[in-house]
Order: sequence, then structure tokens, then C-alpha cells
Amino acid sequence: MKTFFAFIQKEFRHVLRDKRSLVILFGLPVVMMILFGFALSSEVKNSNVAILDYAQDDASRLLIDRIDQSQYFSVHQKLHSEAEIEQVFRKGQVRLVVIFPQHFQQDLLHSNHVQVRLVGDASDPNTSNIVINYASSIFRDYLNELSNNKKLPYSIETETRMLYNPQLKSSYNFVPGVMTLILMLLGAMMTSVSIVKEKEMGTMEILLVSPMRPLLVVLSKAIPYMVLCFIDVVIILLLAVFLLDMPIRGSLFLLLAESLLFILTTLSLGLLVSSVVDSQQTAMFLSLVGFLMPALVFSGFMFPIENMPLPLRIMSNIVPTKWYYSIVRAIMVKGLGFSYVLKQTLILVGMTVFFLGIAIRKFKIRLA
Amino acid sequence: MATVHVENIKKTYDKGSVLALDNVSFDVKSGELFGLIGPDGAGKTSLFRILTTLLLPDGGHAQVAGLDVVNDLWKIRRIVGYMPGKFSLYQDLSIEENLQFFATVFNTTVEKNYHLIEDIYVQIEPFKKRLAGKLSGGMKQKLALCCALIHEPKVLFLDEPTTGVDPVSRKEFWDMLDRLKTRGITIVVSTPYMDEASRCDRIALIQKGKILELDTLTKIIGRHTQNLYAVNADNRYQLMHDLRKPAEIESSFAFGEEQHVTLRTPENGKNYLIDYLTQTGHSDITVRKIEPTIEDVFIKLMLENQ
Repeated sequence: MKTFFAFIQKEFRHVLRDKRSLVILFGLPVVMMILFGFALSSEVKNSNVAILDYAQDDASRLLIDRIDQSQYFSVHQKLHSEAEIEQVFRKGQVRLVVIFPQHFQQDLLHSNHVQVRLVGDASDPNTSNIVINYASSIFRDYLNELSNNKKLPYSIETETRMLYNPQLKSSYNFVPGVMTLILMLLGAMMTSVSIVKEKEMGTMEILLVSPMRPLLVVLSKAIPYMVLCFIDVVIILLLAVFLLDMPIRGSLFLLLAESLLFILTTLSLGLLVSSVVDSQQTAMFLSLVGFLMPALVFSGFMFPIENMPLPLRIMSNIVPTKWYYSIVRAIMVKGLGFSYVLKQTLILVGMTVFFLGIAIRKFKIRLA
Repeated sequence: MATVHVENIKKTYDKGSVLALDNVSFDVKSGELFGLIGPDGAGKTSLFRILTTLLLPDGGHAQVAGLDVVNDLWKIRRIVGYMPGKFSLYQDLSIEENLQFFATVFNTTVEKNYHLIEDIYVQIEPFKKRLAGKLSGGMKQKLALCCALIHEPKVLFLDEPTTGVDPVSRKEFWDMLDRLKTRGITIVVSTPYMDEASRCDRIALIQKGKILELDTLTKIIGRHTQNLYAVNADNRYQLMHDLRKPAEIESSFAFGEEQHVTLRTPENGKNYLIDYLTQTGHSDITVRKIEPTIEDVFIKLMLENQ
């Protein structure tokens, strides 16, 4: 037991004396949170719009005003011919062009039917979709106001409610994502690198020629990183709640417990890597490409898994990040209890036991 | 009784294509300071790793303190001290922290076994707060020795402990080994420096995985009395060239400032060499008959084994 604590103490000294690993451990989560929170927002605000107004009547002017006043758009310029449309898009000055036909107001009021053309820049499909939606809703609102005065014979009104995230804040999406990515990266990379470093420096040789059992070496390597990763979880949650105003709807205790479980999963992956790899560079490379990439692709954080082809959807199941991501979202955003994340929890437990088992079995008690 | 018993140990690498140890056998007596002497790549490190249970031999048996290196792995790891060839302590921990850590790893404390390392530790104690990575070569070796000694090992394996260390520190290091020997610790040490052979009780000359000779230094040298001459002349290059020609000359190699030459016929070697060199047009010729050193013996054995 004393050996165990001495080893843990030693491990903390390694981390605390190495400025680079400190920066990665504590700088990375803060930087990522701030980047995603303020710089890399997927909310679209103040998009530039160009207007081609053939009508030049009251209705079109009113709508142009409304578009300009909405927080999503600002009218950047007025065009005078169709030919200019392509030009402004090419220059990348606007995301959307709104074209009002001739006799807009007249047709609207008298024939009850009029077409407004919205032209979006789909080189960025997600954004142009969002922009078109925002614009359409402005027209819809206007139409509703008009029809309040007149009774339409038939109409279906769709009332939309966005559950859990009514303001469609992107932080609800990326906070769980950032947590998943950071833990995956740090847990797997830092542990594997720290063990492989002992191999590279030759200290493993001395540790092996000592009565210390492999299991103890492996465990005492994992525990300091478990503590450090847990501190990262707390940092991220603090930033999310106090800086980005994101509530934790479910139980905080459950969230922390699940995070601890996921940390164990990533640590055991790191231990697994270290048992098959002999150089720090390979360990780092394997953690980045082997774990971070799948974590990014298959967690559902950036790309919806439902849209993937079947083989990829099946593959996503073996990526632990997918399960943790869904746990965090369920607890933080939806405020669900333990019974709702039981399945994911069990899967993570299973993965951890599996990885840890192989790692311990593969741990070499000799050099070769 | 032999503390280290090695019997027909064989070790190959890369699926048998590289032969590192070729049926090596020897015994190290209890309390002995035993030297493995040979150039880089001779197989010294492989042998150490097998004896410290770090590698499995491909053939043969070895015992350390009566324990089998393959089956009694955990028992051996308790009783041996090992200092690898490469400095293998934590560079980002201080002297004190390294020592304490290794003491704890071996389930002991620095205080309990301080008497074992005291002689050595006092020399580095003034720097105990300094990180191991910032120590000089000699101090690193002393610290590594302290760490290897802290659990009072029965057998100490030191793999090239003096490589890359300055001559003064090297001498100090061997003095320390002498003192450890008086405590009854069996020490197996390897070195590429021939001059360190004289500090060992017995030595094994090892080359390409084979033991060429094994005995005390004086006995080995005595067994290889040679017709050895130190030769010099003004044109060194021409001298080296000419000494290779005659069939009478068995071997000729550069040795410091001189050429060491052995002759096949024992009589009148000095006159023969002076005559021959005068004939080939050398001037300033000096020829001395000399006693062989361990290096001469080693070179001779090496040439014989090629």
C-alpha cells in the first residue's frame, strides 16, 4: 500500500513538473470551451443579405425592413439585375439573396398568391439551410398578420416547440461534445504516453526488476490521471454553467459519477495502448488517430449518426464516446435520471472491463 | 557455492537471425567481484537482462542465488540490485525523491538501509534537492548505485556503470565497489574498458556472444605469454604497412603511440625486427620486449577467434 502511494505521489510530481502536460491538461479544456462558446458558434447571426426588388412597393419595403431589423440578417446591398446575384455570391459578400417579383403587393392582395425567391449559398449547406429557414419565417409571420384581417377558408397552423433547448443554443450540443472529446484525448493519451515514457527512459527496466507487481504499476499509473481528468470535468462544467449559462438539469452527482466511469474507460484504453506500443510518439499518434478521430466522427456531436450508412452506424456502437455523449446529453440537457442512461452505463462498464482486462493481461513482466 | 550459475545460455534476436549469446557458461562465487569484459555488442547487456529476469533465454539454464531466472522470477526480483547501462532514473525527480521512491518500491526505507549507501550518498547529498536530469555523469552513476543498493541486494548487477564517466569518477566508483564487496555482496559488473579488469577478482572476456577466457587477470595474462614487442619508427604509416608483410610476424596492431607486434619464433625477436625494419629503410627504430596487458591478450584472442 505504501508503495502504491509512493508511486502515485511520484506520478503527480511528473505531471506537475512538466509544463507541457500541464498546459494540455488544463489549458486545452478551457481553450476548447471558450472557442466553442464564443468563436465557433453554429448559430447564424447577422448574415448579410442582398435584395433584388422588382416591386418597389409598400409590402416589399416593409418586408425588407423587417429582414434588416431581425437579429439574423442585415441588408448588405440592393441589386438591380439578376446578373448581379451570381456576382455577390462569388465575392462571398452575402449568404442570401431575396428577390421580390414585380407587382408584389398587388398580386399578394388580389390573387392571394405570390412568389418570393430566396437564393442561398449552399457551398455551406448547413448555414444556408438555417438562413433560408429564418427568412421564410419572416415571410410566414407577415402572412399571418395579413390573414388575421381576413378569414381564410382552410388553414393548418403548425405550432412548433423546441423541447429542452427552446432557444436552440449551440452550447447544449457542444458542452457534452467537448467533455467527451477532452476526456477521450487526455485519458487515453496522457496515460499511454506516461507509461511508454518509462519504457523509453529505461525506468521500466528497473521497475520490472523490483518486487512491484504489474497490476500495481498499471493502477498507480491510472489513478493520478483519473484525478486530473476529473478536475477537467469540473472545470468544463463550471465554465458551462457560469460562463455559457448552460443549466445542468439532471443530477449533478449522477453526471459526475458517469464522467468518472467514462474516464476509467479512456484510461483503460490508454493502458491498452501502452502495453502494445514502445515509443511516446507512436502512443501519441495512436491516441490521436485511433481515438480522437472516431470520437469526433462517431459521437454524434458533429455529425448525426442517424444519417450515416448502416455499416458506419454499426461501427459507431463500438466507440465509447458515442455512449458517454448520449449520457451527458440525457443528464445535462434533458434532465433524465439513472434509469434512462442505464443501457449506456452498462455498455461503458463492459468496455472498461474488457479494455482493462486486455491491458493487464498484455502488460509485459519482461522486456520482450 | 556459486551465487550466479550460468549454463549454456543461448539468446538470439530477430527470430534467431542474430546470435547474441552462444552457449555461455560460467559461475560467480559468493562475495566475488566478477567482471564481464568485452566490446560493445559482445552480448553483455543480453546476459545481464537474462540474469535479472528481464529476458528469457532461448536455451540453457541460469540461477541467481540458487533461484532459477525463468521460474523464480519474483523471488529473484526481490534480492537483486540492477543498474542498467543507460541511466534509468527519473530525470524530473530530485536525488532524494528518486532514492525514496526506489526504497519504497522495494518495500524498505532510506533510513533503514542508510548504512549501505552512506559512503556513496554523502558525496551526492549536498545536491539532494537537484533534479537527477541535471546531475553530472559521475553523480548520476553514484545515485543509480545508491538506488540499486537501497534494498540490500544479495547480488548486484551493474551493466557498464562507468561508461561515459570521467576517469576520476571511474576510479572512485571502483573503490566503492571494493567497499561493497567487503559487505559480502556479490557483484557482477560489465565494462568495455580493459584497464578496469584489474579491479575485478575474476574476469570473463566476452566477444560476439562467446566467452573467450575466464579467470583472474594474472592467470589469463600468464596463460598467454607472447613474444610481444613494442615497436616504433619515424614513419608510422609505413611502419604499420611493413609490419604486416613478413610471415614471421604473427600479429601487429596499433597500441597507443606504438605498434605491438607478436612473432611466431620466440628467439631473437628484437634483433629480427630491427634488422627487418632497417632493411625496409626505417630510421629512429625502437624495439622493446614487453609483457602483455589484458588488452594484448584480448586482441590476440579476438584475432584467433575470427
